[in-house]
Amino acid sequence: MGAVVVDLLDYDFMRRALLAALLVGLAAPAVGVFLVQKRMALMGDGIGHVALTGVALGFLLGTAPVLTAVVVAALGAVAIELVRERGRTSGDVALALLFYGGIAGGVLLIGLSPGGSNANLLSYLFGSLTSVSSGDVVVISVLSGGLLLTLLAVGREMFAVCHDEEHARVSGLPVRTLNLLLAVLAAVTVTVAMRVVGLLLVSALMVVPVAAAQQLVRGFRATVLLALAVGVGSAVTGVAGSYYADTAPGALIVLVALGAFAVAALVASLLRRRRPARDLEPV
Amino acid sequence: MLDGMSSPAVSLTGVSVAYDGRPALTGVDLQVGTGEVVAVLGANGSGKSTLVRSLLGLVPRTSGAVELFGTPLARFRSWERVGYVPQRVTAASGVPATVREVVASGRLARQRRLRPASAADRRAVDAALATVGLAERSRDSVGTLSGGQQQRVLIARALASEPELLVLDEPTSGVDADNQQALATALAELVARSVTVLLVAHELGPVAPLLRRAVVMAHGRVLHDGPPPDADHLHLHDPDHAHPVHQVEARAAWGLS
Repeated sequence: MGAVVVDLLDYDFMRRALLAALLVGLAAPAVGVFLVQKRMALMGDGIGHVALTGVALGFLLGTAPVLTAVVVAALGAVAIELVRERGRTSGDVALALLFYGGIAGGVLLIGLSPGGSNANLLSYLFGSLTSVSSGDVVVISVLSGGLLLTLLAVGREMFAVCHDEEHARVSGLPVRTLNLLLAVLAAVTVTVAMRVVGLLLVSALMVVPVAAAQQLVRGFRATVLLALAVGVGSAVTGVAGSYYADTAPGALIVLVALGAFAVAALVASLLRRRRPARDLEPV
Repeated sequence: MLDGMSSPAVSLTGVSVAYDGRPALTGVDLQVGTGEVVAVLGANGSGKSTLVRSLLGLVPRTSGAVELFGTPLARFRSWERVGYVPQRVTAASGVPATVREVVASGRLARQRRLRPASAADRRAVDAALATVGLAERSRDSVGTLSGGQQQRVLIARALASEPELLVLDEPTSGVDADNQQALATALAELVARSVTVLLVAHELGPVAPLLRRAVVMAHGRVLHDGPPPDADHLHLHDPDHAHPVHQVEARAAWGLS
């Protein structure tokens, strides 16, 4: 194992990809746990679709796709949050419109851009090891570092808002600000993760580690810690494995995470069978 | 803190609320003095829940004024003085949380941002858990508790900020007799500490002896404001009566006309 790691670290692009995977593996579940708590697990998916338009816009304008993606994704995330806030009526339909608009806009814009083809989009859709430049690593480090520090600072308040928004409001918490902050953090996560996991699968890395962790633990803090471990484990394993298998890293990362979920669910059901008294305790 | 002494805990003057143009509350006046224990009764759709939600600023008013502890709602910032138990089927969310984690989130109103919880914060959470009788379940996941126990978790969350005013929205609905009794015991302890209590209820059950005053709502208006209706008329001895509130309404209307 040690020799294998050394072998991988001989390549600059693999060092970059593994560092990016480590950061993404931390950032994605850290944000995802709050989305799952709020029962908006698919929000990352929606933002990923919208970010595609941002990537294509970058190609069209000749600027770095990561920058346009983060801006467009953040705008899309804020729009989704505002729709949700208003949304007593057909919020999910409004979200669906935004998702399809994002994909269609992306494909259209890439077609219009000089020398652009859908092949360019493919590495953004499913991730690509060789596409992580040293500039990307800097951007990913700064964004995910800022994101983790932000969540460390306002984690308690974010928990309260995602757990029960009305109660948080009566506690005097800045509910709207925190909701918009979470939307923007989700957009940042999507953009940070798209080089490694790809836009179509980024949401999986936000949700699946959380789903796996909550099979085994009883508390929120414990869920977060275990989800971070699963996230880092699957991102790093997926990237390393995809080097040998010569596949897009996103697919392998998600399959490893799903494997972790399956194992966690199996272990949880075995544990439940062994100590049924606790859960079936009478009223 | 001059205002808290003389002003009522809650004051509504001519408050109206409409949902999509349909009136839910029409010209409601209500004053609750500090230390009072008041029940808000009424049938489904009578506006009793809207009444407490509007006084907490959770639904926008179309007209009227709300003051909490003498401060207009728009300028009210001392939310640690208010404990709120919303109407919920469950205290769980999409991710597991321990009983203690949920209750501790009620302490945020009193906590400084970016600071870890102090010893006083932890003591307040312990005390809130003890008041509702769930201290020994604090490390369990809320999702594994019964419905009545989850209601008690929500009450403990409201108590964690050590509020002077406690607003409860139907904490007894769908709760079994044992848990209703536990709730009544917890409320009695708060009343003894002269916490102001505003309790929305469909039926009173074991909390009835704590009450000196009841506000009966119908069609978005206050129908009756005075001593609570007799327990006899609240069907306590007649479990077959599915809609006791109609009786209360009828009695109150009769009393007014």
